[in-house]
Amino acid sequence: MGKNSNLAKIYLLFVFAVLYAPIVYLVYYSFNSGGTMYAFQEFTLEWYHEVVQDTRLFVILLNTVTIALLSAAISTVIGVVGAIALVNLRHRRIRNALLTLNNVMLVSPDVIIGASFLIFFAAIGIQLGFTSVLLAHIAFSVPIVVLMVLPKLQEMSPTLIDAARDLGASWWDVLARVVIPYITPGIMSGFFMALTYSLDDFAVTFFVTGAGFSTLSVEIYSMARRGISLTINALSTLMFLVTLLLVIGYYIISTRTSKQVRWGVRSR
Amino acid sequence: MDRRMRNMFLVPYGLWLLLFVIVPILMIGYYSLFDIDGVLTLNNYKRFFSPIYFSMALRSFWYAALITAVCLLIAYPTAYLLTKTKHKQLWLLLIILPSWMNLLLKAYAFIGILGTYGPINAFLKVIGIGAKQILFTDFSFVFVSVYIFIPFMILPIFSALEKLNPSLIEAAYDLGASPWVTFRRVIFPLTLGGVKSGVQAVFIPSLSLFMITRLIAGNRVITMGTAIEQHFLVTQDWGMGSALAIFLVIAMGLTMWFTEGGRRVR
Repeated sequence: MGKNSNLAKIYLLFVFAVLYAPIVYLVYYSFNSGGTMYAFQEFTLEWYHEVVQDTRLFVILLNTVTIALLSAAISTVIGVVGAIALVNLRHRRIRNALLTLNNVMLVSPDVIIGASFLIFFAAIGIQLGFTSVLLAHIAFSVPIVVLMVLPKLQEMSPTLIDAARDLGASWWDVLARVVIPYITPGIMSGFFMALTYSLDDFAVTFFVTGAGFSTLSVEIYSMARRGISLTINALSTLMFLVTLLLVIGYYIISTRTSKQVRWGVRSR
Repeated sequence: MDRRMRNMFLVPYGLWLLLFVIVPILMIGYYSLFDIDGVLTLNNYKRFFSPIYFSMALRSFWYAALITAVCLLIAYPTAYLLTKTKHKQLWLLLIILPSWMNLLLKAYAFIGILGTYGPINAFLKVIGIGAKQILFTDFSFVFVSVYIFIPFMILPIFSALEKLNPSLIEAAYDLGASPWVTFRRVIFPLTLGGVKSGVQAVFIPSLSLFMITRLIAGNRVITMGTAIEQHFLVTQDWGMGSALAIFLVIAMGLTMWFTEGGRRVR
């Protein structure tokens, strides 16, 4: 089949234009001295100053990053251990049942996850705040880690393990020196995914966060409900840059370790 | 791996599954059996079928179906044309990139773009139609939702098209099929798996959207998600909220069942 016709090119161009319009729009007006998202007056960095100087925002940023790093690290450990246990399960039906449960969490809408966690935390008496948000983030990040690690484990040849065993390695050695190094790319992408899931989550956090604790997404929501403020624009520009850096980092890690980059689309 | 070690490895993961997947879902079911005063009753389920709730649910389904259909209509040609571009992996990455930006920020951007003084209205003024109320309408809700979900539709269709053996299309042409017949009888059926996973990845979240409805649709549209959120966080009627959540879970199960065989969301 031939190349795309002009009409096709225009169509694709239009789709790309619409996809990027809001981002460009946000970034552009973050430099507007006029204080509105229309009628650009003069170039200013005023809104960025405001973001940097806002100590409340800084505390929220720290909360967000702390939650993201902690939840990504813990969910990676649980997910990797779980994936290893899953591939070693001999009963096929149990394995499939567990995998189905894993997928239930993945496709569950945010409101269901948020509402059910809210009930759960209330029932076992966990105060809403840092702990509840951290637990929730760990909980919804585990299945994505499992999903990223599992294919790596499955493509690993069992002869590698047999060889290590024949050469006298203990199970612990096999795990630490054969399995883990082999699946490291999967672990890295799992960690990365968990990190971005956590950084980005709004809906679940909104349910399980108390009055005294807030993350960036929740804060942006309450700011946006109050109306337009170019501080949000400046903040979002900075956040987009961070996302861009994370994606580039992920791309470099993935291309170094395998030819095919596996791109996930954000599901929440 | 020996049994003792395997079991040791299964414990944290199993515990996570139990505590954060099974128990919360069971608890939603349990709470749905109590009304706001804590009396055991099936009233919440009865209330769901009352005109107010039922029409809300139907409207929510209708919007989700509309959003999914529009996504599919735009995404399929896009995915198809993407497979024909030179640097398709790069273009695909560029399609996915906006989806990594915080959902709220995109919604927030549209408040400005679709607003009274935004560029869309400025454009409408220039071409002589004049400013219109775009924000807080059904149109803006569907538009922004499609914007948010379209990468989820493009990606699975793109991968399905990539997996398609081109010699099958050539065979169809050799046998005298027109481009349309080739598409309808060969390409589309063979990429149905991708379409199904796309539908699954768009339809379920569209049912449960709740923040967009407030920011973009100004509470004009109430989805299942909005209703659940309202019951849990505003009116504190956890029983009714749980009953609604149960129906949403059922809807989710049915959607997954109908789209089974598609690729999982990744």
